[in-house]
Amino acid sequence: MSILINKDTKVIVQGITGRDGAFHTSKMKAYGTNIVGGISPGKAGQQVEGIPVFNTVEDAVKATGANASVIFVPAPFAGDAILEASYAGIDLVVCITEHVPVQDMIRVMPVLKKNNTKLVGANCPGLITPGECLIGILPGMIFKPGNIGLISRSGTLTYEVVNMLTENDLGQTTCVGIGGDSVSGLYFIDLLEMYENDPKTDAVVVIGEIGGDAEEQAAKFIKEKMTKPVVAFIAGQSAPPGKRMGHAGAIISSGSGTAEEKIKAFNAAGVPVAKEPSEIPGLIKEKLGL
Amino acid sequence: MKIHEYQARDLFRKYGIPVPEGELCHSVDEVKKKVSDKDKLRVVKAQVLVGGRGKAGGVKLATTKAEAIEKAKLILGMDIKGITVEKVLVADAVDIDREFYVGLINDRNAKAVTLMASSEGGVEIEEVAKTNPEKIIKMPIDPTMGLMDWQARKVALQLFNDPKQIRQAAEILVKLYKLYIETDSSLAEINPLVLTPDKQVLAIDGKMNFDDNALFRQKEIIAMREADENEKKELEANAKGLSYIKLDGNIGCMVNGAGLAMATMDMIKLYGGEPANFLDIGGSSNPQKVVDAMNILLGDKNVKSVMINIFGGITRCDDVARGLVAALDQIKTDIPIVIRLSGTNAKEGLEIIEKTGLPVVKTMSEAAQKAIELSQK
Repeated sequence: MSILINKDTKVIVQGITGRDGAFHTSKMKAYGTNIVGGISPGKAGQQVEGIPVFNTVEDAVKATGANASVIFVPAPFAGDAILEASYAGIDLVVCITEHVPVQDMIRVMPVLKKNNTKLVGANCPGLITPGECLIGILPGMIFKPGNIGLISRSGTLTYEVVNMLTENDLGQTTCVGIGGDSVSGLYFIDLLEMYENDPKTDAVVVIGEIGGDAEEQAAKFIKEKMTKPVVAFIAGQSAPPGKRMGHAGAIISSGSGTAEEKIKAFNAAGVPVAKEPSEIPGLIKEKLGL
Repeated sequence: MKIHEYQARDLFRKYGIPVPEGELCHSVDEVKKKVSDKDKLRVVKAQVLVGGRGKAGGVKLATTKAEAIEKAKLILGMDIKGITVEKVLVADAVDIDREFYVGLINDRNAKAVTLMASSEGGVEIEEVAKTNPEKIIKMPIDPTMGLMDWQARKVALQLFNDPKQIRQAAEILVKLYKLYIETDSSLAEINPLVLTPDKQVLAIDGKMNFDDNALFRQKEIIAMREADENEKKELEANAKGLSYIKLDGNIGCMVNGAGLAMATMDMIKLYGGEPANFLDIGGSSNPQKVVDAMNILLGDKNVKSVMINIFGGITRCDDVARGLVAALDQIKTDIPIVIRLSGTNAKEGLEIIEKTGLPVVKTMSEAAQKAIELSQK
C-alpha cells in the first residue's frame, strides 16, 4: 500500500514538449512511472520519448484513462493548466512549476473543491511511491520501498533526509513534497490523515519550515487523531524575522510561524523535533523500537 | 515588492479611496515650493521602506509652513535602520475622532484573500491580534465572487454606527479589494482609517506589498520600484537566477534549494557560528551560476570562510564542481572554502574538486564545523 499514487497510476504530462517537461518525462519513465500521454496544444500526433502527445487534457483522458497529471508549463499558464486538468476529471494534479502568482492559485481552489481534485504544489518537487511510481523531479535513486511516510515543504532538504533514511535501512511508503508557496494544494493535515489510514505506513517524518501555521495545525491533528509516531524537523530556525528565504511561504511575521513556536507545538503533541537532519533516522528507530 | 507610503496613497486616490492632501518632496527647496503658504497642522513623514520610522523620529508634526520646512530639514538625510531618508511626504494632519484598521492579505489557511478589520486602529495591530484576537474581524473572500457588498457592509457595521459612515466605509473596502486584485497585491493595509470630527472617513496611512511572481503582468507596479541598497543586491542576484539575502554573520553559504539553505544556516548556528547570508543557487546545473554566486559571497567583506553544501538531485555535482573550479580561477581569494557534495554525480564532482586541493567533507555537520573552525583562524 501507499498513499495517492502506486503502480496502477496513469500519468499525463502537461507541457511535455518543453525543455524541463521532456527531460523529466524521460526520468520518470526510466523510473517505471506509467506515463500514458502528454499535452501540448497544437502538437497532437507527435511523440516525446515514445509517448503520444494530445492537444488537451480531455483528449488525453479519453484516449488513455489517465488519472494523474504533472504540470511543467511556465508560471503564467500554470493556474490555467491546473483548471484544465481538474475539469477533465483528473484525480491528482501535481504542479511542479515555481513562481505561480498567488492570485492564480487562490482562483483555482474553489474549482478543485467542486470537482473533487487533489492538488500537490505548486512549486514542489512532486511525490514518489518508491519502486512503483514517481511523479515530478525527485531523484529516484535515493528512495527505497519501506514503511516510513514523509511530507516536506522543501525540495533538496527532502532528498537530504530521504538519503539518510535509506542509508539507515528505513525505506518509504510514499514521500510527498507539498511545496513552499503560501497558498498551495494538499497540506500536512490532509496527508497525515492519509498516512494514518495507510496500513503499510508505520511512522511519518514531517519536514516543516518557518512561516504560516501548517506545522502548528499538524501538531494539533497528530495529538488528537494520530496513533502512528511522527518525527519532525523545522528549517529556518536561524532566519531573522521578516526576511523571506526564497520560498514565498517562509516568512516570519512577528510572533507567528517562528521555528520556536512550531517546535513547542510539536513537542506538546509528543513529536520529537530533530536539531539537525542527521538525527531523524535515530528518532524514528527509537519510536519504532528498532 | 514593497512600495512607499506616498505611492500607496497615489494608488488609493486612483481607486477613489479618500486620502488627505499631501506633497512628496525630495529637498527642503521642494517643500518651500510645493507646500501651500497657508499655516495649518501638517505631518512630515520620512518615506522609507523599513518599518519603525515613527520611533526613529521620522514622523513629525508642524503647525506652520515654516515649521514644516524645519521638520523636513531634520528628517531629510536622517538614517533610519541603515537607510538614508531621501524624500518626505508633507501631508495635512486631520483631526481624528476614531481610528480603525483595515487590511487585505493572502490567507494561507483559508486559501483565499481575507479582509481584516478592527476598531483598534492606529496601534500595533499585530499586538492586538495576539492579545485580543476577538477584536479583529476576519472575512475570507470567495475569489469567484469577489468582495460582495453585503460582506463589506457587514464589516463596516462592526466599525461604524451612522448609516452614512457605514456606506462610506463599505465603499472604501470594495475599492480596496478591487485595487488589491487588479495589482496582484499580497498586502494592502489602511492603518489608520479614521473618522474625522466632520464625519469624513479617510485613509491616513497606507501600506502595500505586491506578489513578486505576478510582476510580469503588472507593468505599472514594477515601474514604482525604488529598491534600497539591500534590495539592490538581492535583485542583482535574482537577475542571475540566484536567491540571496545578506545577513550579519561571517560564514558565507552557497546551497542548492531554499529548504536546504535554511537548514545549512541553522546548522552553522547550532555549532556556534553565524551565517553571513542565505544563498540558493536553485535547481539548474549551470556552472556560470556558481561563478556568480562565488562573486557575491566573496564581495561581502565580513565573510571569513565559505561553506558550499550541494545535494545533487537535478543539479549535478560535477557541474557544480566545474563551476567552482572556473570561479576560483577567476577570483583570487585567501578565504578558506569547505565543500560538501552529495547525490547525483557526487563521485565525479569530488574528483574534480580534489585536483584544486580544497577541503572536501562528507556530511553537512562536518562541513559546518569545519567552516566555523576555518573562520576563526
